[in-house]
Amino acid sequence: MELTGLFFYLVSVLIAGGIYAVLCLALNVQWGMGGLFNAGIAGFFAVGAYASAIVTTAVSERHLGGFDLPIPFGLAAAMLVAGVTGWAVAKICVRLKSDYLAMASVGIAEILRLVIVNESWLTNGSLGISGVPRPFGDMVRGREADLLYLAMVWLCVLCVYILCQRLYVSPWGRTLRAIRDNEDSARAAGKDVDWFRLQTFVIGCAIMGLAGGLSAHYFKFLSPSATEPLLVTFLVWVMLMAGGSGNNRGAIIGALAIWLLWSATEIFTNRLPPEWITRSSYIRMLFVGLLLQFVLQRFRSGLIPEKSPEIRSD
Amino acid sequence: MIDFINLYLVPGLTIGSVYALGAVGISMIFGILRFAHFAHGDLMTIGAYGVLTAVWFIPLHPLLLLPFGMALAIVAALAVDQFFYKPLRKLPTIYTVIASFGVALIFRSLAQLFWSSGNQVFIPGVRPPLVLFDTFRISALHAQAIILTVVIAVALHFFLTRSKLGRAMRAVSDEPELAAVAGLDTERVVRWTWVIGAALAATAGVFAGMDTSMHPNLGWNLLLAMFAAAVLGGIGKPMGAIAGGLIIGIAEETATYTWLSDEPLISPSYKSAVAFFIMVALLLFRPQGLFKGRLL
Repeated sequence: MELTGLFFYLVSVLIAGGIYAVLCLALNVQWGMGGLFNAGIAGFFAVGAYASAIVTTAVSERHLGGFDLPIPFGLAAAMLVAGVTGWAVAKICVRLKSDYLAMASVGIAEILRLVIVNESWLTNGSLGISGVPRPFGDMVRGREADLLYLAMVWLCVLCVYILCQRLYVSPWGRTLRAIRDNEDSARAAGKDVDWFRLQTFVIGCAIMGLAGGLSAHYFKFLSPSATEPLLVTFLVWVMLMAGGSGNNRGAIIGALAIWLLWSATEIFTNRLPPEWITRSSYIRMLFVGLLLQFVLQRFRSGLIPEKSPEIRSD
Repeated sequence: MIDFINLYLVPGLTIGSVYALGAVGISMIFGILRFAHFAHGDLMTIGAYGVLTAVWFIPLHPLLLLPFGMALAIVAALAVDQFFYKPLRKLPTIYTVIASFGVALIFRSLAQLFWSSGNQVFIPGVRPPLVLFDTFRISALHAQAIILTVVIAVALHFFLTRSKLGRAMRAVSDEPELAAVAGLDTERVVRWTWVIGAALAATAGVFAGMDTSMHPNLGWNLLLAMFAAAVLGGIGKPMGAIAGGLIIGIAEETATYTWLSDEPLISPSYKSAVAFFIMVALLLFRPQGLFKGRLL
């Protein structure tokens, strides 16, 4: 029994790890390839989660919809709504220089949070949305459903990875790296810098929305207080820096490594004396904060450093 | 009209004072070290908790115990600069921004570890406001915050224009290469920037904590408005940051006034969006701010 328990604990860790891997790939598009600082990851994640939940839940009086559509429509809607939100943000903010974009993205996340908390006709406010369906929810239940969901999440990771890898090696990705490394020379070469940045930001946000949708269908319940937004954003940043920004495989490995570390410290901190156990999540947060400082100073290129594809001249 | 002053303008000036004191540090750090300090809000939290701890042991008014909070915030700021920011100074500044984002989390988790994650108050109980000229009401705390901010602004002005150190700071902020060539000790200027920024952050944190209640997210929640204030005043212009803070505070509060109809112009729950829109509009149309700050 002990062993099956451990196995399904590992399954739940890997599901969450897969969702983080999608987020990390999205941030890699924005920061790793495009050099765009986004500190509002949790905002786009939440937009995607709510979009997918509203599209797929049964009709309810407490929030918009639901529209009771199949889950693929929900995930598509998550990407669409998060992408459109990202487009609106990028239209205004993408011209800002790095530090200013960072400040603005914090504000965007805050405004998205305000909208979700206050517009209860849309999201049922702080009470949240319940009864979000799982794929094949009528056929499989319990632990088998977790296994099935694990497969689905990692299928999404694979698809997003292939997409990101195609983007990276394409001429589009090459232009993006040129802009990231030297904006002025890319502009001098005739590249429309703002337009490329806008596309990058929108693609990244849409993928973040997908991750949000995946988490909504996993937890089946959604409320503004369900996750600590800053923690999500921060963990994804640590994952990408540790994995190797600019490298898609690095992004996935980084997400898995940090998430396993985060989950392992949970097992460890649960053995602390009871008066410390309530504070264990703060100890873990402190630990991850220090880990980021270590990575930034000693380990900047990450587990799998970026390696630009060879340039063919034929 | 008197309601407008009592319920919108005075609270706006009070929260504006908090923003102003925080934004001075952000603006100076941005001007001298060239990066947006994301941990500044949480530095305020640390300073305010320092005062809160002092209040538990010494039965004096929290404002008299400010030096304890300032000392704690200064030690924290100098330590993170030494260990976390200084090693990254040769790299593009965005790495320092990421590091400061991490420091914000470190500060916050330390606050949650040592001072619990719940709400705490400096002085229990409700105090009646002072009533002047029969109709003008102001709480003692609001009066203290506004007056102390004015005093600090005047002192800061004389420090920056008259003292050798203050002029060195402005020199490094305006022309770092020229200042270094002229033989100014840049590291000394950086150290004093942190000292002043942290001391003012602690003061702002105490006012914010006394106005509502003390909790670990206190400072982070104010960060956006303080960035907006620093941009509005012009980066690297401490006096501009004070003006910017007051303007943002007043704008946030008065935006919820019933200007056009019986309904508030902007629903109070969206108050913190006002600062964001002011900031984005400025960055797009007048990035140097009101007082011709640096363009980075």
